[in-house]
Amino acid sequence: MARHSVLGAVLVGALALAGCGGAKVGDTSSGATGDCGTFNLAINPWVGYEANAAVLAYVAEKELKCKVTKKELKEEVAWQGFGTGEVDAVVENWGHDDLRKKYIDEQKTAVSAGSTGVKGQIGWYVPPWLAKEHPDILDWNNLNKYADQFKTSESGDKGQLLDGDPSFVTNDEALVKNLNLNYKVVYGGSETALIQAFRQAEKDKKWVIGYFYSPQWLLNEIKLEKVKLPEYKAGCDADAEKIACDYPDYDLDKLVSKKFADANGPAYQLVKNFKWTNEDQNTVAKYIAEDKMKPEDAAKKWADANADKVKAWLPKA
Amino acid sequence: MVAVAAPRQLPRKPLIFAGIVLAWLVLWLVFRNVGTLALGAADLTPLHRWVNDVNDAVGASRNSNPVFLYFFNEIRLVIDEFVTFIQALIAQPSFGRPVPVIGWLGVVAIAGFVSLAVAGWRVALLAVAGFVFLGLQGLWQESMDTLSLTLAAVVISLLIGIPLGIWAGLSDRAHRILTPVLDFMQTMPTFVYLAPLTLFFLIGPASATIATLIYAAPPAIRITAHAIRTVPRTTVEASESLGATQKQTLVKVLLPSARKTIVLGINQTIMAALSMVTIAALIDAPGLGKTVVKALQTLDVGTAFNAGLAIVVLAIVLDRVTTAAASERRTLPRWALFGGLGVTGVCVYLSYTYLWAAEFQSDVEIGSAIRKGATAVTEWAQDSLPVITDGFKDFVTIVLINPLQALLAESPWFLVALVIVALSFMIGGVRPAIVSAVCIAALIATGLWQDSMITLASTLVATILVMLLGIVVGVWMGRSRRADRFIRPILDAAQVMPAFVYLVPFLALFSASRFTAIIAAVVFAAPVAIKIIADGIRAVSPATVEASTALGSSSWQTIVKVQLPMARGALTLAANQGLIYVLSMVVVGGLVGAGALGYDVVAGFSQGQLYGKGLAAGVAIVVLGVMLDRLTQAAAKRWTN
Repeated sequence: MARHSVLGAVLVGALALAGCGGAKVGDTSSGATGDCGTFNLAINPWVGYEANAAVLAYVAEKELKCKVTKKELKEEVAWQGFGTGEVDAVVENWGHDDLRKKYIDEQKTAVSAGSTGVKGQIGWYVPPWLAKEHPDILDWNNLNKYADQFKTSESGDKGQLLDGDPSFVTNDEALVKNLNLNYKVVYGGSETALIQAFRQAEKDKKWVIGYFYSPQWLLNEIKLEKVKLPEYKAGCDADAEKIACDYPDYDLDKLVSKKFADANGPAYQLVKNFKWTNEDQNTVAKYIAEDKMKPEDAAKKWADANADKVKAWLPKA
Repeated sequence: MVAVAAPRQLPRKPLIFAGIVLAWLVLWLVFRNVGTLALGAADLTPLHRWVNDVNDAVGASRNSNPVFLYFFNEIRLVIDEFVTFIQALIAQPSFGRPVPVIGWLGVVAIAGFVSLAVAGWRVALLAVAGFVFLGLQGLWQESMDTLSLTLAAVVISLLIGIPLGIWAGLSDRAHRILTPVLDFMQTMPTFVYLAPLTLFFLIGPASATIATLIYAAPPAIRITAHAIRTVPRTTVEASESLGATQKQTLVKVLLPSARKTIVLGINQTIMAALSMVTIAALIDAPGLGKTVVKALQTLDVGTAFNAGLAIVVLAIVLDRVTTAAASERRTLPRWALFGGLGVTGVCVYLSYTYLWAAEFQSDVEIGSAIRKGATAVTEWAQDSLPVITDGFKDFVTIVLINPLQALLAESPWFLVALVIVALSFMIGGVRPAIVSAVCIAALIATGLWQDSMITLASTLVATILVMLLGIVVGVWMGRSRRADRFIRPILDAAQVMPAFVYLVPFLALFSASRFTAIIAAVVFAAPVAIKIIADGIRAVSPATVEASTALGSSSWQTIVKVQLPMARGALTLAANQGLIYVLSMVVVGGLVGAGALGYDVVAGFSQGQLYGKGLAAGVAIVVLGVMLDRLTQAAAKRWTN
């Protein structure tokens, strides 16, 4: 009997609790409606990309009333998604000629949607303290002079050139060989490894030289200096084994699935019109990476301050 | 026979071993850097190109190929529906509601009640506390997404795994066929099949679930088979002699006797599934993994650690519940059963109806404190420790890694091949020698011989460190219950905390280097070795230990002369498992400077034109794993007999 009354008390108590209320599920209703439909936006894993995507998603949701589905994917997987219909747009692409050939020319599932206006640079960088104390290091001709300083446990008796983000093409092994540099390419293997190396190098005044790129959020925090390599001329990188020149400048562009482009809906128009500058992207990237804002908040902050730019992207009615 | 022959052979063996190694060293000096089969980072072999072409052809035919239309698509649909359904129940807004069907209160109540029913009061309390903790971390929805995906992967793993396990348990032939397949599934790096999976099953829950279950199903199959196989013959014979049919024997005798072990298999499957959370996030798997991956883009260790901790909490709760369920069968008293059901029902109803019970909102929020704490600790470590750690790294690199790597990777391939086959023959006889020879041929065929040797060198160093740690901490835990209780949760955490979280501070401490990769592998592999050795030490009969103490042996003598020799079965198992676990971290090592096979796999996942090479590197890792596994098993057999 006692047990039953315990049980009863529990139930009564619980029901009383239930009765005492609180807001009920479904009391407030919201939901976007519009003719935009669903917009599948790939999110590649770096902050600059995230900045582009956040602003686009924010505008698409707020101005065009799209339902934006963000999909976090590596580049190649995202491009595959064009064909399977799971991805509508990739909004910052670094070259990737192999993927272009495969998906635009051969499978015909992707089409270009123009430049983002952001210029990308790849190259060899050193921390600012090093560039200040030894300004001549910024010319590749002097690199051999300093090779000893760059020795690490991984590079043996040569200087270490830290490479590393496996997502991008690197010509560094060929460059080292063809420029007769007394360096060994060491594969850090991730952007994290590169950033950590540069951060420590600047903080503890350590000797580090490595592969890096701009725009990148770290450059807001540490102004890495680019080492001058022999100038890039069209075609100097034609034969991968004989490359002895700098990386080309990249015009970072946007890609969309063929279906998405053919449908020519408001979201496609937005993607196509979207164009801004390195400075704009750096601002949003800084909000996300350093001020730790959520991407959507960062996008809102930027969009509110740049209403005229946003307006220019909207489809002309 | 063996016992008689052994004393005569023993003194000769070490001499032969030493002779082989000496000959190797001499020939190394002569032939150094000849025939090392090196391949540059951007270079490909025809095999790698061919794999690329196959991959492209498959992708291009996706929309017309009937295999895709009627086979893969159907599988995808079913799995997608299943995962989405679980998500709708506990994780995602669904059925036109802004919140899931069952809110946090309901989930906590269900978790508590199920734990109570299968594992008792203490575990139930742990489960409730653990789940509430997830909410307080500010990660309720992410955790539930992860839980949904894990549950789905585990359920499907068991649906496939337990029948296969029973089959492999009953039939030797099935066992022989399945074992290499399972080896393959467990050691093939996930990065290799992640991108193709999205071709076959599209981007979404199905691909993530399948990626997870490829890795998580093998333990369920292996352990079920093992459980069936270890049911005493006499029990089975008794049943058969009583005229039971095969089916009756299986259902009435084999399965009930094997039940406890099978539940442990479920436990291992859950742990394996949780360890895939971050990697699956790379193909848009929902949940905590995404939080980790995203935080690491900005090296935000605090946020990554908070999410990693949530994975650890989930793992510990699920582990304790299943372990307790395996250890004893319990029946709840009626009143508790109905009372529990009632309370759970009310909680579920409340969480369905009221916002406060549906969405986890609390004034007490510990997530930001955890984030800040982790960030502070990391920054302190990064600022003050590198002075020591850098020197340590250089020391180990010069003394251990470099010499071993020089020997393996700078010798001509035929010399290394000869040495390995000779050593295999010495250790285990003809069969292991043949296995090693075949594996070496396979390594050469992948076109990545030198990379394989570099990876092998690091793997061996990591395994040595794992065994050192395993013996020291394992003996300590095996001898002291208190130490065991204190250390075990730390080991659990080290095993399931996503490696990505601690890689950032490790990179600061040891730079991007082979040593960093080795340390990451040790963190992951040592817990397994430690646990196995601790259990082995504890299993040494107390009477023997007491006898030794009574004879005046010191603690040191007891450990070295009695406990360790008697636990040598555990020691060899620990070495074997340690090796396999180290190998499974090769790819993670590639992210922090290990280069070689790990980097090949990572680059293959990231760049289309390197895909074939990445796949070949994955196969090379599997081959290394098979070779080392068979060798250690042969050595173990020798030593324990």
